[in-house]
Parts: sequence; C-alpha cells; structure tokens
Amino acid sequence: MNVEDRLRKGAPGTVEFDPARFADRAMKEGIADVAYAHADSPLGPLLLAATPHGLACVSYSDFRSEDATLERLAARLSPRVVEAPARLDDVRRQLDDYFSGRRRSFELPIDWGLVGDFGRRVLGRTAAIPYGSVATYGDVARAIGSPRAARATGNALGANPMPIVVPCHRVVASGGQMGGYTGGIERKQHLLTLERAGDRLC
Amino acid sequence: MALPPFQLALDHHRDSLARFLVATVGPQEAEDCLQETLIAALRAYPRLRDGSNVRAWLFTIARNKALDEHRARVRRPVPVAEADTGGAVALADEPDEELWSAVRALPPKQRAAVVLRFVNDFSHRDVAAVLDCSEEAARRSLHEGLARLRREME
Repeated sequence: MNVEDRLRKGAPGTVEFDPARFADRAMKEGIADVAYAHADSPLGPLLLAATPHGLACVSYSDFRSEDATLERLAARLSPRVVEAPARLDDVRRQLDDYFSGRRRSFELPIDWGLVGDFGRRVLGRTAAIPYGSVATYGDVARAIGSPRAARATGNALGANPMPIVVPCHRVVASGGQMGGYTGGIERKQHLLTLERAGDRLC
Repeated sequence: MALPPFQLALDHHRDSLARFLVATVGPQEAEDCLQETLIAALRAYPRLRDGSNVRAWLFTIARNKALDEHRARVRRPVPVAEADTGGAVALADEPDEELWSAVRALPPKQRAAVVLRFVNDFSHRDVAAVLDCSEEAARRSLHEGLARLRREME
C-alpha cells in the first residue's frame, strides 16, 4: 500500500472534548460575554442567557429556534456566546420554584441590553405588577406617562426578551380579553392560571 | 453578515479540529491542545472580521497551538515507547502508528499540509488559507511531505 492510501485509510482517531472544562475556563477568564443554558419547564424547553451584568434572555425554544435566538444575542450583545450551564443555575432554580408555586417573585440581576429605552420603561413598570394580578395595556401606558401609547406598549411587551421573569403575561387587553403573548396565548393562560392557584396556596 | 455565535462555530468545527490535533501532536496532548485552541479562539473572536473564513481561522490557531506543543516536547522529551503507543489503545479505529509517528516528525508546514489534506479533507486553497501562503506553496509543502513519508515508509 502506498503512503497516500495508508494516510486515507488509517485515521489516527480523535479525542474527547470536555465542554464543562471549556465553559468553566471561559467563565473564569471572563471571556464568555454571553453564557447560555437549556432548561425544561412546564411550558416546554427554554433557552436562558446571561451576561456578567445579569439575565438577558429567556426564550421559548419551540416558539423561536435556538439558533435564531443565539444569532440575535451574538449580533446585539457579543459574538462570544458560550454554552455555560453553571452560570444559569440560579436562574434555573428560581424558575423551577416559580413553576412549582414556591416562588412569587424573581431575585435576579437583569441585563437590559436587548431592550430599547421605551421598552425598558414598559418592562420596568410591568415588573412591578404583583404576582397573581393583571393590568391592561392602557394601565401600563398610563403608568409610564404615555397614555396614548397602549399599542406601542403592547409591541414592547411582545418584544420582551425575558418572559416569565419580567411578567408580561400579567398585562392583558381591556374588556376581559387576553391580548397576545410572546410565547403564544396558551402559555399566557397557563401562567395566569398557575399564579391564581399559587395565590391561593401562599 | 455578523459573526456567528461562538458556540455554533465551536460545535461545527470541534470534531474536525480534534482529528487534526490527534494527527498533529498525538492522542496524549491533543485534548489539552484542543482546549487551548478553543480558549484562544474565544478570546480573539471579537477581533475577527465579519465574513472571515472561520474554519481556516480556527485551524490556524490549532496549528499554532500544535507548534507550541512540539516546541514544549523538545524541551521535555518523553520516553519513545510511551510517546508512540500511549493513548492510541483507546481509539476506535486501528491507527497506523508507524505512519502517524512519521507524519508527526515532518517539518511543521509539511506536517500541517499532509494532515489538513488527508485527515480533514481540505482543498489546496483551504490548506493555503491555514498556512497563510499561496496555493502553489501549499501544494509544494504537501508534495514535499508526501515524498519524505514515501522515503521513510516504502
């Protein structure tokens, strides 16, 4: 057998890559600008992402593809996007507690990097709506001093990059209608039902 | 076109980089070399220009890490028996150790050209991109490497 054939035939093999070792080192060296992790929830798989400043993104993976979410994070925050599950342990734990009714509010630093100025006012106000209650789009618009911006408020809520944690599901249309939701209306219904049950328990 | 998320580039090229490094530095050192390559790549990633050839860039870094490893090995020689057979036992395919030891002993450019071409299926043009030379020079390195292996093996 000639050398070319031997080179083609007898591949020298490969080695294992340890992703946890890589993620650990990337976090320690401060070069993982955006750390992300997968999480399961009663509403389906979630993709969670955080920067050194705080949680930046919670995304319903079967609503928006993970690749699309990661590409958005890379374009808007930093291309140094790394899967680093340990960085999101606390977020995952708080979400588990919330879904099991043991937690009514999140204590997490937030990175608002994906949100514009108006959206930040809307979501900031939304974060203050108590567990188990709802407000209308008009209520939120009035509360931030833009009473005529109910529609823009709805759009800002629809673009909420941190659903569940920033409880945009607590904002509904007037007249008893649900309004839209960033993960589909069934998820909004599920969260509101969960909070009514949790409200009775706590 | 913005840079893709680093993790997607890593997932896409990781196995191919692993094979390159096993062929280049051997199974013993390849795992550490792969980690070093990817950490160095992540560190430098934001400086990469949009639309760059991410694969060629990653392999250039891997090649540099392999060179560092070869230099380090010269400084701390490993017993020959251990260097030649250790770790290879765990590999799925039966590696042609005599041949790959000879590949690892080639001069750096020839070694990289032979491995990129035969292990990673790179085109001459992609080999040239990694070696940062002309396509002509890449072909020459490959032919010189093969000629040398032929002399030693046949």
